[in-house]
Parts: sequence; C-alpha cells; structure tokens
Amino acid sequence: KSTGAFGLGRVATPDEVTAWDIDIRPDGAGLPVGSGTVTQGEVIFSESCAACHGDFGEGAGRWPVLAGGQDSLLKDRPVKTIGSYWPYLSTVYDYVRRAMPFGDARSLSDDDVYALTAYVLYLNDIVVDEEFELSNENFASIRLPNEANFIADDRLSEPHYAKGLEPCMSDCKPGPVKITARAQVLDVTPEGEGDENS
Amino acid sequence: MVSKTDPKTPGRAASRRNFLKTGLLGGAAVAASAGMARAQGGDPLITEIQDWNRYLGDGVDAAPYGAPSEFEAQVVRRNVPWLTADPVSSINFTPLHELDGIITPNGLCFERHHGGVAIINPTEHRLMINGLVDTPLVFTMEDLKRFPRENRVYFLECAANTGMEWKGAQLNGCQFTHGMVHCVVYTGVPLRYLLEEAGVKTAGKWLLAEGADAAAMSRSIPMEKALDDCLVAFKMNGEALRPEQGYPLRLCVPGWEGNMWVKWLRRLEVGDQPWAQREETSKYTDLLADGKARRHTFVMDVKSVITSPSPQAPVTHGKGPLVISGIAWSGSGTIKRVDVTIDGGRNWHEARIDGPSLPKALHRFYLDINWDGSEMLLQSRAIDDQGLVQPTKNELRAARGGNSIYHNNGIQTWHVNTDGVVENVEVS
Repeated sequence: KSTGAFGLGRVATPDEVTAWDIDIRPDGAGLPVGSGTVTQGEVIFSESCAACHGDFGEGAGRWPVLAGGQDSLLKDRPVKTIGSYWPYLSTVYDYVRRAMPFGDARSLSDDDVYALTAYVLYLNDIVVDEEFELSNENFASIRLPNEANFIADDRLSEPHYAKGLEPCMSDCKPGPVKITARAQVLDVTPEGEGDENS
Repeated sequence: MVSKTDPKTPGRAASRRNFLKTGLLGGAAVAASAGMARAQGGDPLITEIQDWNRYLGDGVDAAPYGAPSEFEAQVVRRNVPWLTADPVSSINFTPLHELDGIITPNGLCFERHHGGVAIINPTEHRLMINGLVDTPLVFTMEDLKRFPRENRVYFLECAANTGMEWKGAQLNGCQFTHGMVHCVVYTGVPLRYLLEEAGVKTAGKWLLAEGADAAAMSRSIPMEKALDDCLVAFKMNGEALRPEQGYPLRLCVPGWEGNMWVKWLRRLEVGDQPWAQREETSKYTDLLADGKARRHTFVMDVKSVITSPSPQAPVTHGKGPLVISGIAWSGSGTIKRVDVTIDGGRNWHEARIDGPSLPKALHRFYLDINWDGSEMLLQSRAIDDQGLVQPTKNELRAARGGNSIYHNNGIQTWHVNTDGVVENVEVS
C-alpha cells in the first residue's frame, strides 16, 4: 500500500520498474550496459530496417529518411534527419529500442540497438570508421551536429502577440481584397460527398 | 414494409442535388417548384400520407447502442492518404463542417496514432509511477476509480492541425484544414492526487508520460503543469474512452498540444530534467526561417475557423438569411470575442458566442447575416481572455517562415462565390 492520502495502489517491485522504465536521457542516464559496432549494425539494418528506411537510411517511399540532409534546414524543403536535425543521440537509442522495427517493437536486444545506433552514426558521416564500437561507456561523448539549434518557446515575443493590441475593425485594407492562393488549383483533397471536386 | 427513401442517397447527396439545381437555375427554380406544389394542392410530403406515418418503426430492442440516422452517413471521420506513409501511424479528421455546439461526439473525434490502436482489457491495464518519488507505485484501473474525480470540458488539438496550410491553401474543407481537434467532457482523477500518493521528491521537476501501445509514446511534461490541471481520464462524454482515444486510460493536458495527451497511459516517471524523447526532438519541434527550431512549444494558440459556410458546407439556399457558424478556442483560457469579416478583412463584425464559455474548451460563435448573393471572403478572428489576438497566416510566416509544420493558428479565409460554392483561399 502507498503511504499517500488515499492509501491506494501498491509498491512497484524493482523488476517491474526495470521492465518498463527503458527511457534514456541526453546525459546517458538510463543506458543499459552493452555495445555494438558499425559493421554489426549494418547486418541488422539490412535485415530489419532497410525495407522501409532504405539501404543507406535514404527512406523508401514515404517512410522516414534517417540520414543526409545536412545543411538543408534553411532550404525551401528541409530534409530533417538524425544527422541534419536531431539534437541528441540518446533519442536514437531510446526510440529504436522503444518502438522499432515498426510492427515488431521491443524485439531488438540492447546490443542490437547499440550496433544500429552506431550504423546510423556511420550513415550520417558522424563516425567514419566501420570498426567503430558504440557502448554505454563512450555514448555520452558523441554529439549530434544540430544540438545547439534548439531554442525555447518564444512565440509570445512575436509582433502579432504584442500586449494590448486592439485589432482594426473597419476600413482595415485600402482596396478590394485579392485572392492570392486557391486550394482547388492543387486539387489534392480526397474525394467524397461534399467535396466539390468529386 | 416499403420505404420511399433510398438509403444509398441520404441527406448530403440530396441537398447536393438541390444545390446543383438551384445553382443552375437560380432562385427562379425554387419559386417555380413552390408554385407547382400550390397548383397541385400542396406539398405531397404533407398532402400524402407518408410511410413513417402509417407503418410501425423499430422497437426499443433494435439498437442497444444507438447509431446516427442513416441520413447522416456523410458525417464521418476522413483521412488524407497521401499525408503519411501508412494508416497506422497517421491521422484522420473530425467532420467539423457538420457539427454544432461545442461537444464532439465520441465516434467522430479525430484519431492520431503512432502504432495503431492498442486493444487493452482494462483488468490487464496497469499504471506505474516511478523515478524521483518516495514510493514507486502500481495502480489498477479499479484503484484509479477510487480516487476523487473531476469533470472538465477541454479541447484536444493536434499540434499539426492546419499544418498542411503553412505554405498556402491546400486542402479544400475545414474538416481537413482544421479537423485535428475535438472537445469532450473528460472524467478523471487529477494527476496531482496520483503524484501525491507516490510522493514527489523536491528534485522532481519533470514528468515523463508513456503509453502502452506499440509506439510507447512518451513526452516530458513540466511538473508545474502536471500538478496544475492535468487529469488521468477514463471517461469521455460520460462513457468509457473509445479504444482509439486511449481506452482504458489517457492523460489530459489542458490547452497543450495533443501529442502530450498520452493514450493508453501506463507509466509516469518523475525526473529532474526533460528526457528529449523522439516526440519532442525530431517531432513537435518547430523549424524557423533561420534554421533554429523551437522546442517545448506546448500551448495551443488562440484560434478559430468558420465551419459553415465552408467548402464542404456550401450555401444551398440562395440569398437571404444566412447563419455563419464557427468554433474558437485558446490553450490560454476562454475566448472573449470572435470577429467575423465577409469582405476579406476590410471590415469586421463582432460575432455572438453561444453556449458555455469554458477555459481551454471550444466556443461556438455565430454571425447571422442577410446574404445579398454577392461574393464573400469569410474570415474569423478570435481574441482570448489573455488579450491574445489570432494572427493572419502572413503574420505567422513573417515571424516563422513556412517550415514550422506545427502550431498554425492563422486566420482562415473561405471564398463564397455567387452560386454559394465555397473554396479555401488565401488573400492579400
């Protein structure tokens, strides 16, 4: 029984906490003991990941691209990958172990996940040695290129949210308003009852 | 028993046929048919005895759990297949154009899954609290239902709602442009009761919420919010959560982006810093024009949309009285005012908010006009009780660029043409 006000629930056992508490933090907290190399990761990736993510993490069809896109964040169509966008390697390990492969989550061993994480680093040119071994010992020393580019939520500093703004109510625009973009030009809305394109 | 109505062409199809007829022939056709009815002695729907007036209907044992009328078959969730790689980690949309009031029916609440719908027997569900607590705890659903409960009406809006419209008018219908939102009354236990039961240590400043589904969806939540108004909910609109909404247990994070409302909630971990999970680094971070990206953009901004007229809800009745109807909401509190323009923002008219005005819930507004049949550019502009004014899309783009994906609360424009056809447009 809990010691709280209602005395509801029971104490979680250490085995139960270990079974469910698998999250990893950027500082490496939560990492299991283990290791894996780029070469080992390439084999696992080919078998379990490449069908969706492509042999080199380039993504098949609409499935997520895992590698490349460096220096694309300022472009009209940025390619946001682990190498170009993600801030922390811990998220790679955590997410792969938690939710991948899609449809067969939690099927990889801790060492498998180290090897896959090492291979994804290799695909993104963050490590270049095929014999590189990632482990819980050296994990926190690896930094991803885009880590410094995440900032706090400062939406309220935007001009349209300025304090005491009284919106215009009448004669707000000088002349007749012009249409500048139309959804029907694109014609990508699914067809169905009520859809004017059907 | 003979039915005169064809179930294959219910309400919408019929009204569309009427609409096309009216559109082709104009008001004259309406006047002519009414005149013919009088010439023949009246409307046969009145002068002739109808089947439903003669024959018996279903008994009370026909539908132990009722469904909408067959004539409402068009009022359904829809998806946009090209948006995502597959329908399991995907989104569908609430049919806002068909709804009124502020409460979304459970079966129409939009869905967003990352690993499909987990099917969990409630007797096999567990909620764990661990981390920086005095006593790590495990609760059963039976345990959770013994805590004091609260009932609260909240909107839940996906951070990506309206996200496809960042670069221009793309999808033609408010279901698609604004339908990643729903609003129901949740019944649940204040999260702080559960945290107090485990005893949060002084260093515990963040909470990780994690789902039991195949994505094990997880997000970091500041402890201040967790102790403020979050709920661990097991009912929506009076009945158990729908499976697609997290049955048997979900987190409610009022006013904050829908991704944080973890479904199939199985674990809460207390920590001293955020975890930087995939859903708060790769996803749900907002890329700006300078290559920086905002993270932890939790609150959903002040927003509104006119739900009728809209592309899926054209004006079919010709000139005269017209109800402009819409919804407004803010993650910061209540909506104090909604302005509506019919001329693309040159002149604005204060709309009438009708129904409950509850914090972090949908509000329903109306503007009743007398339509003269000329073209209109309809917009709505919400103002919340913090004084925040809904911005235009161009103002948002000027501040953020076109690649933020999330948090697009820009003012929506509908073009109504002289036939009553409505299109999603952008204006100067």
